[in-house]
Parts: sequence; structure tokens; C-alpha cells
Amino acid sequence: MDKPVLRKRNKMRGEQRGRHVTQTAQEQIRDLLGSETPRRDLLIEYLHLIQDEFGHIAADHITALAAEMQLATTEIYEVATFYHHFDVIREGDDAPPELTVRVCDSITCEMYGANELVAKLEGIVGDDVRVQRVPCVGRCEQAPVAVVGMNPIHQATEKQVMQEVNANNSKAELPNCIDFTSYQESEGYATLKKIVAGDIDNESVISTLEDSNLRGLGGAGFPAGRKWRIVRDQEAPRIMAVNIDEGEPGTFKDRYYLERDPHRFFEGMLIAAHVVGTDSIYIYLRDEYAGIRESMESELAKLKANPPCELPHIELRRGAGAYICGEESAMIESIEGKRGMPRLRPPFVAQVGVFGRPTLEHNMETLYWIREIIEKGGEWFTSHGRNGRKGLRSFSVSGRVKKPGVHLAPAGITIKELIEEYCDGMADGHEFYGYFPGGASGGILPASMGDIPLDFDTLNEYGCFIGSAAIIVFSDADNARDVAKNAMSFFEHESCGKCTPCRVGTSKAVKLMSKAEWNQPLMNELSKTMMDASICGLGQAASNPMNSVLKYFPDELK
Amino acid sequence: MAANPEYMAEIKTIEFNLNGNPMEAYEGETILQAAKRNGIDIPHLCFKEGLRGDGNCRACVVEIEGERVLQPSCMRMPSAGMVVHTDNERVLHSQRMVLELLQSDVTESSYSRDSELDFWSKRLAVGKPRFEARHNPTADLSHPAIAVNLDACIQCTRCVRACREEQNNDVIGYANRGSHSLIVFDIADPMGDSSCVGCGECVQACPTGALMPSKEVGLLEPDRKVESACPYCGVGCLLTFNVKEEKIIFVEGRDGPANKSRLCVKGRYGFDYIHNDRRLTTPLIRNADAPKVTNIEELTEADVKKMFREATWEEALDFAAKGLRDIRDEKGGNALAGFGSAKGSNEEAYLFQKLVRTGFKTNNVDHCTRLCHASSVVALLEGLGSGAVSNQVAEVEDAEVIVIIGSNPTVNHPVAATFIKNASREGKTLIIMDPRRTEIARHADHVLQFKPDTDVAMLNAIMHSIIKQGLVDEDFIKERTEGYKELAAHLEDFAPEVMEKICGVPAETLHEVARVYASSKASIIFWGMGVSQHVHGTDNARCLISLALMTGQIGKPGSGLHPLRGQNNVQGASDVGLIPMVYPDYQRVDNPDAQARFEKLWDAKLDPVPGLTVVEIMEQITQDNITGMYVEGENPAMSDPNLNHARHALASLQHLVVQDIFMTETALFADVILPASAFPEKDGTFTNTDRRVQMGRKAVNPPGIAKQDWWIIQEMANRLGCGWNYTGPHDIFAEMRLGMDSIKGMSWDRLEQEHSVTYPCSDSEDPGQGIIFIDDFPTDSGRAQFVPAPFTNADELPDTEYPLVLITGRQLEHWHTGAMTRKASMLDAIEPVPVASINPSDLAKLSLDNGSTIRLSSRRGTIQCFARIDDGLAEGQVFMPFCYHEAAANLLTTDALDPYAKIPEFKFCAIKLEAGEQH
Repeated sequence: MDKPVLRKRNKMRGEQRGRHVTQTAQEQIRDLLGSETPRRDLLIEYLHLIQDEFGHIAADHITALAAEMQLATTEIYEVATFYHHFDVIREGDDAPPELTVRVCDSITCEMYGANELVAKLEGIVGDDVRVQRVPCVGRCEQAPVAVVGMNPIHQATEKQVMQEVNANNSKAELPNCIDFTSYQESEGYATLKKIVAGDIDNESVISTLEDSNLRGLGGAGFPAGRKWRIVRDQEAPRIMAVNIDEGEPGTFKDRYYLERDPHRFFEGMLIAAHVVGTDSIYIYLRDEYAGIRESMESELAKLKANPPCELPHIELRRGAGAYICGEESAMIESIEGKRGMPRLRPPFVAQVGVFGRPTLEHNMETLYWIREIIEKGGEWFTSHGRNGRKGLRSFSVSGRVKKPGVHLAPAGITIKELIEEYCDGMADGHEFYGYFPGGASGGILPASMGDIPLDFDTLNEYGCFIGSAAIIVFSDADNARDVAKNAMSFFEHESCGKCTPCRVGTSKAVKLMSKAEWNQPLMNELSKTMMDASICGLGQAASNPMNSVLKYFPDELK
Repeated sequence: MAANPEYMAEIKTIEFNLNGNPMEAYEGETILQAAKRNGIDIPHLCFKEGLRGDGNCRACVVEIEGERVLQPSCMRMPSAGMVVHTDNERVLHSQRMVLELLQSDVTESSYSRDSELDFWSKRLAVGKPRFEARHNPTADLSHPAIAVNLDACIQCTRCVRACREEQNNDVIGYANRGSHSLIVFDIADPMGDSSCVGCGECVQACPTGALMPSKEVGLLEPDRKVESACPYCGVGCLLTFNVKEEKIIFVEGRDGPANKSRLCVKGRYGFDYIHNDRRLTTPLIRNADAPKVTNIEELTEADVKKMFREATWEEALDFAAKGLRDIRDEKGGNALAGFGSAKGSNEEAYLFQKLVRTGFKTNNVDHCTRLCHASSVVALLEGLGSGAVSNQVAEVEDAEVIVIIGSNPTVNHPVAATFIKNASREGKTLIIMDPRRTEIARHADHVLQFKPDTDVAMLNAIMHSIIKQGLVDEDFIKERTEGYKELAAHLEDFAPEVMEKICGVPAETLHEVARVYASSKASIIFWGMGVSQHVHGTDNARCLISLALMTGQIGKPGSGLHPLRGQNNVQGASDVGLIPMVYPDYQRVDNPDAQARFEKLWDAKLDPVPGLTVVEIMEQITQDNITGMYVEGENPAMSDPNLNHARHALASLQHLVVQDIFMTETALFADVILPASAFPEKDGTFTNTDRRVQMGRKAVNPPGIAKQDWWIIQEMANRLGCGWNYTGPHDIFAEMRLGMDSIKGMSWDRLEQEHSVTYPCSDSEDPGQGIIFIDDFPTDSGRAQFVPAPFTNADELPDTEYPLVLITGRQLEHWHTGAMTRKASMLDAIEPVPVASINPSDLAKLSLDNGSTIRLSSRRGTIQCFARIDDGLAEGQVFMPFCYHEAAANLLTTDALDPYAKIPEFKFCAIKLEAGEQH
């Protein structure tokens, strides 16, 4: 074969194998790390420090960091290269330009012209700017979105983007939320204090939750009350992990609530910590929500300075650009400073979680509702609902509707009702054609199936599910094949790479979906294995959109 | 891990259902293992017996009723009543699809004859893949011994687990994400540039041929496989030689008790020295007109060819024996000396010492142990009555605390080091004491980088602290030892607060280490040359012995004293009496009972006066008192200290007979050279550092007319009047047992069967005792003896003229004097040039850099080599291996000796550093 082959060793005579710590890099790393003994689980935080300081992570930095942490260089390299927010530079590579403009090209943003925006921007930016395609940044209601540094531009045009670029406006915008003082002025933390004081006993808190039938709002839908019982029964010490890695394309509800009322979430979190009995809490926040990070850091500091009760140890951790870290066990791996690879279950996270301890893992929004449910009672929550379903649901709606955004609506509402009553109908000139009922992984349904109640369990017979209630509406201006392929490309990009059906399957599926004629029998065979044999939900659900097209949009395949 | 049927009675079983039939699993077994045991093979790729399971390939998925998705049978364990299907349509569909997906990405080329992917694809009738291939990476052939072809990689990560969890070398990573996932070395460096040590564990683990031995030898089908052992270090790994057309083409690891199928770069890739075309193939006699010269470095190959002429065995043996016989008859046996080999077999060593004692009629027989652990053995014999290790390396599993002092195991005992690293990962406390921070330090909980030469200060301080903290084992001291009071009194002056200035270790650390070592349930001490190769080496070892005795950390699992033996058979060579003061089994030559026993066994009169040791012999040659020598498998012209002096001595010998496999530096001084057999060319027993007697088996014939060492020694002996008629190693072994109680329970046949048996072994039912000193010590009183050690300095301290300290030692890829490994193509390709390791600021002072040529000089000699930066060395210290004949480190070293053990101070002398001549 005439492929190039690496034959020579590059090292000179006498030179030691492997890499050697340079003094410059050692000093740089020591300055960044400070005087405390480095912690293995803070590896990703250290990598952020380096990336933020230098705009990249050089091989020398990795070698020096490895020496400080008494790890092997490859152990750090494999972690750094897993996460897309780290630019690892080896000898001979160019460092990235100072400013990066990240243009989202996931489902809704692609519908709203992301590809064209990227093409235009690549044509006009200077050498000091890098244009990067990135997956869903959690702002689908304002598509298309371009993020200049950490500054998100909504309904972005190339003109607007360049304006911000040229003005060097790359800082995140601080959200205007209900701060600690204001929150306490309206009975904030009163419920927590009652519970801690014993005025409301732990058992009644849990039965209230069970009565409300509150289920996990991140996508898995596990009953919250039952989860608290299970973890509470495990041996101490126990740990809590909060999932704010909101990365499912179409989902932005967590961002929405945190921009407005973060303390409501903190209160729910602390109630859970108290009732279940966890001594430390790790809050994992996706790195794309930079503005929220700043505001949460400052509100947490205020909370810690004046705590309403004794606080457990709380750490806020940054994601680094990996959707898979929204999967609970992958998130836990990331909290431990490793590559975000899902664990095999059993054992389940409730028994063996962070650092091997029993762990209570929750999506942020599930904790957000705890306060109100305890205050108003489980029946209050179940009194809502439609079409035979019970409860409330925060729907993240985006796509071809007049009013995209977070809509708090009764669980069980149908898509037609949702569009009509909450979104002011379809956008002008667009006829309802199809929708994603549960983000990229929940499958796709045609408008003709628009009367199905949207809730847990109601969509499964159609090969779909509600997941995080991320609803993307598309019209006759779009086609199902394209949006399905966008979803599969997303999964290919985000697959962690551990198991064959997902790592190889998503890649092969994109190739098959890119052909003019879809090889339906082969797609069916492939998706069967992905659904049956993948380790985690990403691989198991990745083929849902593709299968939906095969089943419900046969006209597009002719 | 699969259950061992021997313990079936104790193991619980679980009843479950597989494919409609009831099946029984042992507790701890996975579905895959239970099925296999019952004759059902489930396809699998990322699972390998011995490695932690990862469940990532999904080729082994099965259906468990009641569970939504298929489950990896290599990870899941049966539970009572579980219903499993391994071959229904749903399962077979996914198993086949997984294989098809993997096949679609790997190249069609075959790098291996045994691809497990191809095997299972064939079994499951997976046809030509229907998917578009991925973009494949290019080949990486930068490593001399290993070929990396990632176009055959299936991302199973067995190599990652082999490197990171088994060998703990931590070179291989799994980088990037998703379909870009890639096996990398260090920071995606070419393998040949990375910190890869070439152990080949990854090659052994790879199921598809993505990692293979270089030069495509893995594609050849061997004619035969021979189960043998490794010729290099004292770990005693078992391996398999793969032979094709009478050449060894590759080596595989074999499951021996000391290595569990692991090997290092030397054992796995250092075998082809035996096929080097510079092997001695015929006897050689020095030409009359070719005088002996000492400037051997200036000799060219042509010069050497002119020095010797070929001869027949008859002529060469007659000539060799006559020269020695004449000196014996004229001047008496003590004018002769013999150096035997620590690399030859027990049988050869036994014959050699018997020849010297009964043929030369002197006790002037010694070997390189003198230069190695002589001081350790003297101290151990003195204190405990036995010079061998008290506990085996495998005991680290039962230890709580592991101390390593003056030893660099990842370089010198790599496979033993992997078990130590594993133990550290499992949570055992690892304490390293060494002036040099080496690779093992990365795995340690405590690193004491003390000043060279100050071992006694540091160790006495630790013992002082143990006493003051009240952590001595009073019962043990009372019942099992003598001399404690004197030791305690002696230690009063060694408070850590005072010693910290001398040894450079903070008092706080000394107290902490004292507490940790003394209070653990089981603490074990490993040591090496850093302790022994000093003029106070015996004192150093005495401290280690006292440390173990005063805390009762000996005579139980996971504890004890383990001087890591270097050569593959140095333990055995000493055991069979290849040393001047004792017969086999350490029975002293000046002990009348011992003398009588061997006079009877050998039917000869024996000299009761202990003989001279290696360096003493060199000195006596200089004084003209010893004029004839027989050197077999040793290379004193490279391994002795103060080489200029030693080489002059060798050159001045009247008659020197050298028996070896190559024209070594020593052979250049010979009058006659006898070509001998290399390790893979003989049958014999070899004893590793753990006291395991192991069988080495012949794989190929020696080249040309080179002969078996035992045959040559017998021919020599008979020309000296010995009258021997051994027919082979098994005869010799049988006689050895008559003189050695330690191996009474071992027969040649038993060793053939079991491959490895530990001594002491008293009868054929005795499995061999791994742990000794459990009830008493083999001293006259049955008790151990404390011997206090005073603090003394090295012989030659640095001064203004020679301001740096030289520490000599070894290198991973090269063995000792390089006689074998410089001729091993892959090993020499990895490390082809002489290097000395230096602290970066010492280099910077001379405006030199990594790779600069430098000159090192001592009062005794000077050499040039390349500089290599080593952050692990403190300022003012230089480290150099002694394996490079073109830059022989021993030209610089001092021949000052430890007064008790006569071992030279290889670990400390004064040198100066200058820029070398740049080419």
C-alpha cells in the first residue's frame, strides 16, 4: 500500500524517551494550580484553567500537569481530548485564534439557516477569528444562534455577529435573576428551614413527593419519591449529583429557570440533601451556559455566607462540551475527572455512584419543583393534567411556531393543542408537517399523529418518547429526512466511543442516511442492534429519528 | 476470574437456566465463563482472561429474560433462577451485526494469523461487510520491536488495560471521542518516541494484530514451541520460544508463578543475540605473535581476527588444561582461580566449583555475586543464618506496607515491579528510599530522596523513632532475637532531628515512615545495589535486618527481607557453592563436618582454607601470586571496578582460559577461547530471586561447533585428573541433591513436570516453602542476631577537583556488561549509544543540553558519552549504566571494598564533568 508510514523515531541520539517537563510549563501550571495539593477529580477544572488562560492546552502543559498530579501524560491527554471545549495543541499544530465564533448547527438552528450563516461568516472573518460548528447550545427558541466567545447572539445574522466580533464583545451576559435577598423576601428557604427543624418530617416529605408522582424531568422519568427512598436506604456517606448538562437538542428549560430563579432550585436541592442524607453535592453545569455559571457562583457564595441551615459541601463543576455527560453515570465519571463514558449497570448509581458512594442523581428541574410541591401538596400537582394525564410539564418549544420558548402546560397536552394554545399557532406561511416530541432522541411524528397526549409512557408504542419534553416543530418548508439526519449526525458527534453499536453504528447510519436512496432493510438491521446492544441511552435511542422516517414519512423515501 | 475446580467444595453454586437447560455457575463466575465451562462458546473480543472485563465490544451480548436490552455475558453474573438465551434470533442478530460493523472498519490485510475477530466472524458466518469503511490511520513502525497498525484496531481497549492495569506502565491511552476514538501513546506520540518500555503486554493482549512484533514475524508459523524461562534477570519469568527453521522467531509470555504470563522488553524481544553472526562458533587459540593489550577499546575487528586462530576441540582443550595444570603442579592450586557464571545453569555452576575444588585444588572460585549482593548475603547469614530471601515477590499481595530501598525495579526487575505497582494501586502503602527519583516513585505514597551514602544514618534514625514511639514488637524481640539491648543503646545517638541534616530527609518524614512500617500488619522490604554496593554495604543490610527484627516484620505472609537478586541464576550459583568460603548449601569449607561430607561425595581431598573473592583475586594477579584463570560466562573486563587496573591484571596472567558465547572484553585477554552454549541452547535448572528452581529447556542447537558448557567443563576437569563421566544435566542434578538438603524433595522429573518448585523442599510431597523463618532461624541458637551499624562514609568523597558523585547501575534494555543485549538487534536499536543521566542544572552550568557529548573523569579513568537529562537526580549526582564497552563506566569506579563482604563501592565515587569532543 502506498499510504505514508511512520518509520523513524524522532528522538535524537541519547535523548530520553517520553516527554520531559519544561521549566516554563512547570511554572505556568504551578501558578495556575496554586499551593494546594492537586486533586485527581478536579482534572477537568484544571484543564479549564489552562484553556481559559492560554486559549489552548499545549503538550508541554499536559506533561507538566501530569508531573504535578503524579499521573501519566496519556491519562491527562485522553481526558483533554474527549471534551470538545479543550483545544489540545501538539508540536507543529497551530494554536487557535484568540476569538472563536461558535455557530450551532443542530435541528432548529439548521432549520433557521445555520449552514448559510457559517458559510457567510467563514467568508468574512479575519485570521484572528475562528468559526466553529457546534451542537445544540440550549437556545433553540432563538435560532439561529451564534456565540461570540461566551456571548450568545440570538436570531443571529452575519452582520450582527460581525458587529459583536469587531467590538470584541465576547463576555457572557449575566442573567437578571431573583437574587438571594429577594428570594428570601418572598418566603424563600422557609420550607427548607421547616424541614430541617423537623416541623415537616422527612417521611411526610417523601410521601408528598410520591403522591405528586413527580418523575425525573431530565429524560429518564424515574419517580422522584421512590429514588429518595432507595438512596436513603443505602449506607452513608451518600452523595448528591445535580445534572445541569442540558444538552438534548431542543431543550432549554433548565437554562430558562436558572436565568430567573436559581434559589428555588437550590432550596429543592438542599431539601433533598437533608431528607435523603447526603454530605456533599456536585452540581454539574454545561460549559455553554457561561452567564449562568457566573450568576450561580455568586448566588452560591451568598448562600454559603448566610446559610439558612447547615449546608453540605457544595461544588459547582463545569462540563466541557460533551452531550454524553448528561447521561447520569457518564456525568459521574466526569465529576471524578475522567472521560465521560457511561458505566455498565448493574450496579446502579443509587448504590455505587460518585467515588463509589451511593448517589442521589437528579436533573435540575426536578429539584426546582420540590419546594412548590411540598408547600402546595402532591394533590396540587396531580390536579393539573389533560387527556387523562396528571401533572405539569415545562415544554421547551422551538421551530416553526409564532411563540417558541418554555411553556408550562398540563402534562398530556397534545402537540396541536400546545401549538394552538401556548405558541400562538404556526409561524406565518408554515403548515404543520411534523414534530420531535422529545428532543433528538425521542423520535419524529407526522402532523397526522398530532393528537397523541404528550407525557411519560404515552408515546412508547409509536417508537417515541417525551424525554426532556423538548418539542421541535417543523413545517412544509422542511423535510423529515434532513432533520432526522441532523439528529443522527448529532449522535455520531456525541457518541463517547466505548461500545461498537453506537460508536460505529451512528457513523454508518449517517453515511446510509446521506445517500439519495435509503437502504431501508440495512437501516432496520443496524438500528435493531443499536437499540438492543448499546450500553446507554444515547446508542439505544440514536436510531429513533431514522426509524420514525422509515415508518411515518414513507413519501420522502420514494 | 474463573473459579478453580480444586476448591469446588468451598465454592457456592448458582442455579440458572441457559438456552432452555438448567446450568450451574460458581460464585464469582460470569455468564460467559459458566457457559464456556459447560461447552457453550459465546463470541467475545474485549474480554480476555486475566484482564478486568470492560463490556465494550458487545460481541458477547445475550438476552436475560425480564431485561429490556441485551446484556454483556462477560460482565454479568448469573443469579438464582435467571433465564438466559445465548443463541436465539435476537441475540445472534446483534452478535453478528457487531462483528460485521467491526469488520467493515478494519483493513482486509492480515497482520496476525490468530485474529479473534476473524475467528468469531467465521464461526458466526458473518459475510462481507455491507457498510462503508472508516478513514484509517497510517502505520506506526517507529518502534524497533513493535509494529502498530491501527487500521486493524477494533477499539476493544485490551491494550489499554494491559498497559495501564497489568503492567502499570501507563503509556497507552484511549483518546478523542466517538468514531474518532484512537489508541495513543503518551500525547499521541510515535510509539518509538514515547515512554513505552517495550514490554509487549499490549501485543500479547491485542486480539486483531493491530499491535504485533515487528518485521511481521507474527505471520510465520513456528515449527515448534519450547517452554522455557528467561535468561536475563532474577525475576525468573517463564516463556515460550517459538522456533522456525532452527531460529527463535518470537517469544510469548507463559504463566509462571513469578510472572503470570508477563514479560519485559528483554525477555520478549531480546532473544536474537543467540543468532548474531558474531557468536563464537569454533575454539580459538591466541597466536604466538599477538601480545595481550589493555587498550582493548582501540582494537578493530580486523585486529581481533589477527589475534586468534581457529583450533579443534582436541587441541584447544588440551592446550587450555595443560596451561592450568602446569601452574597447579608448579606453584600449587592457590596460584589458580576460577570465575563461574551466574547466568549458567545450576548444573554448570555446580560442576565448575567442583572442578576448581577437586581439579585446581583451591577454593579460589567466585562469580559476580561478589559485585552484587555479597554484602546483603553476608549480613543475612550473620544475622539470620540464611542468605536467601525470606518471602517471595508475590507476597506483596499480603503486605500492607512495601518498602523499596536502593533498587530501581521498573528497570531491573520490570515484571516484579508490575506486581508491586498493582499492589500500590490496590491501596498498599509504597515507600521508596533512593537518592534518585525513579519511575516507581510515581506510584509511591512516600518518597525519601536521601543523600547518597547516608543509608545507615537514615535507617538508624527510623529505628530510633520506632523505639521512641513504642512500636517495637517486644514479644518477638524476647523470643526470637539476641543483642537487642546493644542495638537500642547504639541507636540512642541517631535521633531523626539530628540525622535529617546528614541524610537530607526531614525528621517528620522519618517519624512517619517509622510509624507506618512498624505498625502495619505486614511490612516487606525489597532492596538492591543501592544498599549493597558500598564500602559499608554490609552495615546497610544490617540496618534493614534490624528494622525487620525489631518490629517482628518477618516470618509471616507479606513481610520479610527480599534482596532482589539480579542475574537469572545468581541465587542458584551461590546455592551450589560457586563462592570461595562455602560448599553447596552454604556449608562452610572450614567446617570439618562439611568438609567430610563433600570429600565423601566427591571422592577427593579438599582444602579447608576459604578462597579469595573476585576483587581480591585481581589484586593477587597483580602481585603475581595468581597466574592462571578459568573464566566461564563472566566478563570481569567490564564488570570489575577500576577497569584499568583490572584489565592490566588480566593482561598479565600467564594463562587465561575463557569460555563464553561471544568475544567479550575478557576474551580479548585470553590465551584460549572455548565457544559455549547460550541459554536457549541448553537444558538446565535455574533459581530465581524467590528461591524458585525452574526448568530451562533447549530450543535450538548452538552454532558451529560450539558445545554445551557442562560438556566443556567435564572435558577440562578430566584433563586435570578428575575422572568424571556425567551424561547430562540430570545426572549432575541427582548428585547435587545428595549434597544439598534444601532441594531434597526435588527431582529432575518433578521439575520437568511442574516447571517451578520452591526450596526449601524436603520431600516429594512438600510443595516448597515460600515463607521461611516462621518458627525459628537456622542459626546455632535458633535466634536472629542484631548487629548495630555505625555511620561511616564512602571511600572517595567529592572534592574541588572531582566535585560530582558517580552512581553506576543498569538500563532497562541492556543487561549488565551488554555482552548479550548489545548483540540483540531490537534492544540495541532502542538504546544504541552510551548515555549518562544528569540533573538539568548541572548540564546547564556547562551550557550543555540533552544529547550533548560529555566527558566524565575520575582519578582512575575517563570516558565520553551522551548526556541525558534526568529530573529524578539531585544536583551533583551523575548516573551511568555500565553496559557500553565504548564508554565503560567501570573505568571510573573505585575498587575500595566492604571489609566483610569484599564487594566494591560501585555506587559512589568522585568524578568531574566536562563538555566532550563534538563530532
